[in-house]
Amino acid sequence: MSREFAIEARGLTKRFGDLVAVSRLDLDVPRGQIYGFLGPNGSGKSTTIRLLCGLLMPSGGSAVVLDTEVPGDARLLKPRIGYMTQKFSLFGDMTVLENLQFIAEIYSYPARERGKRIEELLERYNLRDQRKQLAGTMSGGQKQRLALACAVLHKPELLLLDEPTSAVDPQSRRDFWAALFRLAEAGTTILVSTHYMDEAERCHRLAILDRGVKVADGTPTELQARTGMHVVEVKSSDPYHAQKVIAGIPAVASVTQLGVRLRVLIPDTFSDPAGLVKDALRAAELDTRVELSTATLEDVFVAVTLKPQSKAA
Amino acid sequence: MKSLSRIFAVLRKEVRQLRRDRLTFGMVVGLPIMQMLLFGYAINTDVRHLGAAVTDQAETHLSRQFIAELAQTQVIDITQRVATPQELETLLRQGSISIGVYLPHDFDRRILDTTRAAAHLLVDGSDPTILGVANQLRALPFSFDARNSVRSAPEVIEIRPYYNPERRTPVNIVPGLMGVILTMTMILFTAVAIVRERERGNLELLINTPVSSLELMIGKVVPYILIGMVQLALILGVGRLLFDVPVRGSIVDLYLAASAFIAANLSLGLVISTAARTQFQATQMTVFILLPSILLSGFMFPFEGMPELAQWLGEVLPNTHFIRLTRGIMLRDASLGELRGDVGYLVGFTIVAMTAAALRFTKRLD
Repeated sequence: MSREFAIEARGLTKRFGDLVAVSRLDLDVPRGQIYGFLGPNGSGKSTTIRLLCGLLMPSGGSAVVLDTEVPGDARLLKPRIGYMTQKFSLFGDMTVLENLQFIAEIYSYPARERGKRIEELLERYNLRDQRKQLAGTMSGGQKQRLALACAVLHKPELLLLDEPTSAVDPQSRRDFWAALFRLAEAGTTILVSTHYMDEAERCHRLAILDRGVKVADGTPTELQARTGMHVVEVKSSDPYHAQKVIAGIPAVASVTQLGVRLRVLIPDTFSDPAGLVKDALRAAELDTRVELSTATLEDVFVAVTLKPQSKAA
Repeated sequence: MKSLSRIFAVLRKEVRQLRRDRLTFGMVVGLPIMQMLLFGYAINTDVRHLGAAVTDQAETHLSRQFIAELAQTQVIDITQRVATPQELETLLRQGSISIGVYLPHDFDRRILDTTRAAAHLLVDGSDPTILGVANQLRALPFSFDARNSVRSAPEVIEIRPYYNPERRTPVNIVPGLMGVILTMTMILFTAVAIVRERERGNLELLINTPVSSLELMIGKVVPYILIGMVQLALILGVGRLLFDVPVRGSIVDLYLAASAFIAANLSLGLVISTAARTQFQATQMTVFILLPSILLSGFMFPFEGMPELAQWLGEVLPNTHFIRLTRGIMLRDASLGELRGDVGYLVGFTIVAMTAAALRFTKRLD
């Protein structure tokens, strides 16, 4: 009966006045996987998530979430979805325990098992010592763990996370992702938006959004394999000067500086990318080392988000 | 069943948060008491001790006696004596007196002459209340030593003040003040309670839970109904103890009327909360409703005295109807049945506003 995908969206569009926040988005999110939305701020990640959980009405297109039409009877869907907002949205003037109790009550979690479930969550998300603490006085990492605990309390089939790690330190981020993998292993489908490359790399699949448009999707390896770009890495003692020279080569799509290294993207229609760069640098009498490299997710991101700009230019 | 438990979940949460919010909690109790004390003592339409100056150009036994009798009324306090009416005018313009008493040279002769006024009162007419008081002074009976002539106009009309024979202002003010205080706290509390959740982001979380907008609204409103009841009891208590304001009608009727009024205000607060984006906006909108609720509801000025358009506006405000109810029940011993028009309006208002709020609320995040 149930479909293969937890989320299927076709032509999903959202306009706010003249601004097109999400434009004709097609999406297939397999069950039990972690699916990532990668994109800069304002690329439509939050809007898409809000459309999928029925918080916003789409201006066009449709979606089927957990075999339920969206927008449709959201009341049937809500008990099956967990949602973690970008901004901390629990009650800062209530304790950790009170927040969890409130969520349990609002989701009508069976009263007899409520206490056990809350203890389990306090234990798993390392909040036992904070149970009497007001949520508003906790650290970023603690708040985030509480938010996740509240989002999964009612054991949802689908978890929507809107930039969950934007306000926490690297260690908390690692722990958080460990928790996500655990949930996915238990069968939860997770949709997570992020603007961190390393997080995107951990997803089973991901979609890259740019100004409301999905510019690429697939597994991280697939995406790296089909950038349509050669990646040339240049090491130079004078990267600033070298960057200027390389940017002047007509074939070059983009140059990004990473410390003393420069990552140069050249469309794969050119046969000898390294030679092109070498010749240009030799002509400028710069001491450099040039070699071919493989695309990282960051290169993929730069490549796919650059396309509209180069067309415009 | 699930619906009821969700309402209770919201209710419990609301009470918990309220308990931690000391300032709001203090306002629940402090605000009505403070306003009662302040306005109960301060607002007085029975004006006394108006500053006055006298110009007595007659300087006779009779004129001095007249001035003494004026002073005895305690309506005016004679603070200065000046030589000419021009000086009286100057004092009036400076605002140092409200009434100037001028007795001309021929005061004694004039007082026997029924066709001419004997004394002049120069009144600061910029305040109609003072003018009204001056009119009272005109009706003052004046007893002469010389009994030969008494200027006595036969009384055509005799006034019998019902319900408040001593003309004490608090008796009139307190029932109205109840409406004003409840309007302010009830609308403000609910309006801010929901806007605050939107500002803090809590609403985005709540919308994504199975709680429906109606359940959320009921859960949020019920604690404030109870608060309204507590405030009502406080106001009645203070009114009784300090100002001796009676409750002549049934206290049950009064509480029923108040329930309808509180419900109307809370629904109005909810409507505001769906329109306002920040707490600041919600506060402004509350003030926007509060001012006409004070000025056009019959609390400050008699309703019938207002132009028709203002009366229409006044009829829309819940406070107008509540003030009629409280004055009716507390002072005139009227029953709810006799005042059913006003009760009906409040119930109808609640239904319309509540529906509007619930409809608007569901569409929000878009």
